[in-house]
Amino acid sequence: MSQAASHAVEPAETPLTPESWGKLGMWIFLAGDAVGFGVLLAGYGIMRATSADWPNPYDALGINLTAAMTFLLICSSVTMVKALEWLGKGDRARAVKYLLVTAFGGTIFVSLQAYEWTHLINNGLLINANPWGAALFGTSFYLVTGFHGLHVTAGVIYLLVIARYVANRPNPSTTYNAVEICGLYWHFVDLVWIMVFTFLYLL
Amino acid sequence: MATAAHKHPNYMAVFWWLAILTVVEIGVVFLPIGKILIAVLLCAFAVAKAALVAAYFMHLKFETRTMTWIAVTPVAIAILLILVIMPDSFAVSKKTTGSGKAAATAPAEQK
Repeated sequence: MSQAASHAVEPAETPLTPESWGKLGMWIFLAGDAVGFGVLLAGYGIMRATSADWPNPYDALGINLTAAMTFLLICSSVTMVKALEWLGKGDRARAVKYLLVTAFGGTIFVSLQAYEWTHLINNGLLINANPWGAALFGTSFYLVTGFHGLHVTAGVIYLLVIARYVANRPNPSTTYNAVEICGLYWHFVDLVWIMVFTFLYLL
Repeated sequence: MATAAHKHPNYMAVFWWLAILTVVEIGVVFLPIGKILIAVLLCAFAVAKAALVAAYFMHLKFETRTMTWIAVTPVAIAILLILVIMPDSFAVSKKTTGSGKAAATAPAEQK
């Protein structure tokens, strides 16, 4: 139903994403962003492989808090798809509520990351120092989790902007596409964290 | 095609799969098996979780196949990158392990 409206707005279709060019644009941006994360994780792997005293991440970091953060991000992905689902059904109020809940989940995630960083810094893990072994462990840890944390922060701002956008427009069919594109970004941030959690904390 | 995005899959089922896989991942870390086997299992579970997120939450399963190709391109680039750096990194690691513990303390000098 909403598709008919968005087609009317955007007559020039892309064969890949008939809904909008924006969706294709977001996918291509995400593919580029994924290369950025891929390079960081590959660099982490190479530094670890070549280091003689790389610490066991589990000893230095602990995983209880991070496991909870992973669960939180997965939950926020569910609230994101729920927002889109409700908007598709024409329930704008519920969609905005779920978008705000998603943004709140992201805010808690970043707050927990700040708490974790503070704890680790107090324990002596710095960007150029690591009491458990190779200093590069600290460098790569803060670089990768920091880069991801920035993405979550940007995502929270993006979600709030989109929530306002949906709230201000009475016709849900005109905002469906924007919410779907925002969702792509948010799920990507979740996807990247799944990788970061596995490679930095568990392996 | 245009209405494909409106088909909402069972998101809660995907959520439970992701939650279960996360618990399994954490459990695998403590299994009394070889480190390499643990690494292989963890990578497999991570890829499975990422694929679930991309396929259902990001609706990749309901897009044209070309979109999947766009999405997996970065994976191919990352693997290529690792393969390109690998010979160099193993040469370095041979050198560092060859010179013993002196190399091990080298990163600490950066403090």
